[in-house]
Amino acid sequence: MVIQAINLGKKYKRYPNQWSRFAEWLLGERYHNHEEKWVLRGVTFKLESGEALGIVGQNGAGKSTLLKIIAGTTAPNEGKVVTSGKISALLELGIGLHPDFTGRENATMICRMAGMPPDEINSLLPEIEGFSELKDYFDQPMRVYSTGMEMRLAFSSSTAERPDLLIIDEAFAVGDAYFSHKCINRIRDFKKKGTSLLFVSHAPGAIQTICDRALLIDGGMIIKDGDPDVVLDYYNAMIAKQNKDYEIRQVENKLGRTVTRSGNKKAYIDDLDLFDMKGRSARAFQVGDKVLIRCQVKFREAMENPTVGILIRDRLGCDIFGTNTFYLGKDEENFQDGEQIDVCFTLDLNLGYGSYSLCVAVHSGADHLRENYDWWDQCLSFQVIPNNSFYFLGVAALPLKVEIRKVESNKEMCEFGDS
Amino acid sequence: MQGVNQFIQNFPRLKALWQYRSFVAGMVWREFREQYLGALFGGMWSIFNPMAMILIYTIIFSKIMRARIPGIEDNLGFGLFLCAGLLPWNFFSELMSRYPTLFLQYKNLIKKISFPKITLPFIILLSSAIHFMIIFSIFQIFLLITGRHHGWVMIGFIPLLMLQQSIALGLGIFLGTLNVFFRDVAQFVSIIVQFWFWFTPIIYPIMILPEKVRILLTYNPMTNIVIGYQQMILYGKWPVWTGFWWHILFAIFVLFLGFKVFRKLSNELVDEL
Repeated sequence: MVIQAINLGKKYKRYPNQWSRFAEWLLGERYHNHEEKWVLRGVTFKLESGEALGIVGQNGAGKSTLLKIIAGTTAPNEGKVVTSGKISALLELGIGLHPDFTGRENATMICRMAGMPPDEINSLLPEIEGFSELKDYFDQPMRVYSTGMEMRLAFSSSTAERPDLLIIDEAFAVGDAYFSHKCINRIRDFKKKGTSLLFVSHAPGAIQTICDRALLIDGGMIIKDGDPDVVLDYYNAMIAKQNKDYEIRQVENKLGRTVTRSGNKKAYIDDLDLFDMKGRSARAFQVGDKVLIRCQVKFREAMENPTVGILIRDRLGCDIFGTNTFYLGKDEENFQDGEQIDVCFTLDLNLGYGSYSLCVAVHSGADHLRENYDWWDQCLSFQVIPNNSFYFLGVAALPLKVEIRKVESNKEMCEFGDS
Repeated sequence: MQGVNQFIQNFPRLKALWQYRSFVAGMVWREFREQYLGALFGGMWSIFNPMAMILIYTIIFSKIMRARIPGIEDNLGFGLFLCAGLLPWNFFSELMSRYPTLFLQYKNLIKKISFPKITLPFIILLSSAIHFMIIFSIFQIFLLITGRHHGWVMIGFIPLLMLQQSIALGLGIFLGTLNVFFRDVAQFVSIIVQFWFWFTPIIYPIMILPEKVRILLTYNPMTNIVIGYQQMILYGKWPVWTGFWWHILFAIFVLFLGFKVFRKLSNELVDEL
């Protein structure tokens, strides 16, 4: 067992001012004038060797405090944590690095901070230089480094020697896709050799790719401990609920400002919701999940062939996919004043990881240019999280196959030799 | 090495300090290099500066101001007297000015990296020791050139310096820990150190003081130590060792106090930074 945390609790004292702290120091228990704020309480879990544990939770949930306690930088106020073996913690980028010294000198310092003896550090340096791929920059002062290069140096140095427990905070997740893959491969390799991993991230993708288990922390307590899929679903549902509440507020408070809603309202969108295949309202889906978009439209006038359309946009506002009932050939209907319809679109969410917004509209004809009844931008947002299949980049999840064959080239070589 | 390893097993903090000796050495080297980074003459400045200081004291005070101390009838006397007290005092006061803000200075390291915090006061102790050793060697060379060197008696500096720096270390750890909770401490200490300087016979000989004040000054632990330095430099006389018994007790007391308070508050200290 690498970590055994029993009933961990951490509190911070808040004094109204410095004088009341001073009075408490002088008078002891008799004078008690501080508030106690528990940021972590009753946290109990175990981590076996070779296990990778992801920690998810919103800002201020207590994740970083938990990591700090386990890494040993801060002590718990109640309970205890027993760790065994060498711990390597990457809690924040740039700590202990000096901008005026070279990468080599800083790498040496990182190793020294881990308490390594000098001869061991010297034997590890070529390894660090190689893994970081900083080339000439390795002997340049760190002030010329980019953030990504700094991260490469810090990661390479901190993991030069395989630790028994590797702790990584999300703040560390910078750097390009190439290097983050290299890091993930090294972490996987360590895992095989018995290293345990403790990993904090907001990105569900990262947790699903590496972790075997996840903890969901909220309000300083563990509210779920289990399979990453299950925990992340729960987490996303939690966020989605908040998002939804937020959206409703946004529409009510800031109508016409942050959210664009336009149109003459001869027909209007009464409700829009997303459902998963079990018929539950949801805001987080895995790549490739089937999703049902239900759009309720009410009419205030009789009209012929109205068109209902949807548009998915990414977080930057780029159009990802959009279509409407006109293009789908469903426009041969007439409606009366006061009538209500449900328009349901079912589609496979073959989208890349990230958050998306959904825009809906009711208009006449092929587009809203002729007569726009109701156009609702960013009506709701949803998340796409990785499934158990392969990792990929971009906004589109294209199904593909890969095949690797050896090319027979021996024969040609022989002929070449003879001539 | 084996013996050291066995001995320190009994003291977890000393053990950690020993295990992190390469970190301490690295940080000391870093502090030293940081000062002269980007300078053409680099580390040479750590020699030029003290040289200038010694020359200024000896020339200005002895030749130009013609200051004299009773009993020494020559030009250099006052300058040597000044250096004898001032160089070790600067070594002491550097620690006293840096220690109170020690944990604040290394705030980021303490909060984000798990390492024994007790290494920090030793990093500063060693890095100021390097500067002192440079300036002191130059001073010794100066004494040799001017024919004022009194030979082996200079060895007497070692125990006195150790005593003096133990007091600084103990007080420093104590004040540094308190300063994390009450930032007034550092401000207060900087005032106290100024008074302390003038209440120590460094730039004036103790003999010129009235009897009553002289007795008052003997309660200052630095008085006897500084007089010890001056005796060695000026007259080549060994310090009166028996006069230092309560200084040693005082040093042990402040070291104990410093480590005790540090140990008690070291967990809470991290959360306050």
